[in-house]
Amino acid sequence: MRKPEQELADIKSMMERSTRFLSLSGLSGILAGVYALIAAAIAYSLIYYPNLPIGFRTSYINDDQVLPKLLLTASAVLILSLGTAWLLSKKKSQRTASKIWSPASKRFLTALMIPLITGGIFCLALIFRGYLVIVAPATLIFYGLGLLNASNHTLSDIKYLGYCQLGLGILSAFFPGYGLIFWGLGFGVLHIIYGTMMYYKYDR
Amino acid sequence: MKGNYDKAFENVVRLRVMSILMVNEEYDFNSFKEILEVTDGNLASHLKNLEKQEYIAVNKSFVGRKPLTNYSATNNGKKAFQDHLEFLENLIKENKT
Repeated sequence: MRKPEQELADIKSMMERSTRFLSLSGLSGILAGVYALIAAAIAYSLIYYPNLPIGFRTSYINDDQVLPKLLLTASAVLILSLGTAWLLSKKKSQRTASKIWSPASKRFLTALMIPLITGGIFCLALIFRGYLVIVAPATLIFYGLGLLNASNHTLSDIKYLGYCQLGLGILSAFFPGYGLIFWGLGFGVLHIIYGTMMYYKYDR
Repeated sequence: MKGNYDKAFENVVRLRVMSILMVNEEYDFNSFKEILEVTDGNLASHLKNLEKQEYIAVNKSFVGRKPLTNYSATNNGKKAFQDHLEFLENLIKENKT
């Protein structure tokens, strides 16, 4: 018989590996943050330039040309980020000899995607009805809720990212006109910080 | 001594199967095979063994045309596993004193 300590360690590791999707890569967080910052810069040049990106209603998104361009930028960032996350997770799971498509990863994706897709459709409705001023807070809040919901099914550190996104989202709801800045902080800066921390903690 | 060393969990594959079923409502055959890295025959015989002792329940179904075999822990199985865990924990405690 093996040592009881070994047996318990084995049991614990099996429980973890079978319930949590552990192949999330820190690098994909950093890259998602970089994409988001680039997108925020593009959005700034579309909406505000040459004004400063602060202040309520000093610049409007009233040009019919601007809105589709913004939506296009946002979709590009979303697709790029998800694609990068998928590729890097695949690579990491190959390195750790685990499958990317497991019951755990399916549960993780479901937990993350339900709030995210709901939020996405809700934000589209807000845009089409012209409530542009609460789109940035809404995306941050739904994203934060999605992360919190998914944190039971992956490395649980992700919940702190979720709390920060929620905090930023609520704060930004009270500061209309600063949406782009909050958005850049949440999806850009926070992702880079979080990704760097995860990279040093788990990936090296 | 408290707890009970269960022969059913002497084998590492059966121990791992039961560990997984303690924290997952259901787990299917192919996913077991991937996470445990064992052959079909080996896994099947251990699952059969646990099923015979009524520690796990089998639920066969179809997804499209593919058969899907799901396993879940029975109350008996959960109790036996808890007792086994308790035994191991007490063993560690005793070794320390």
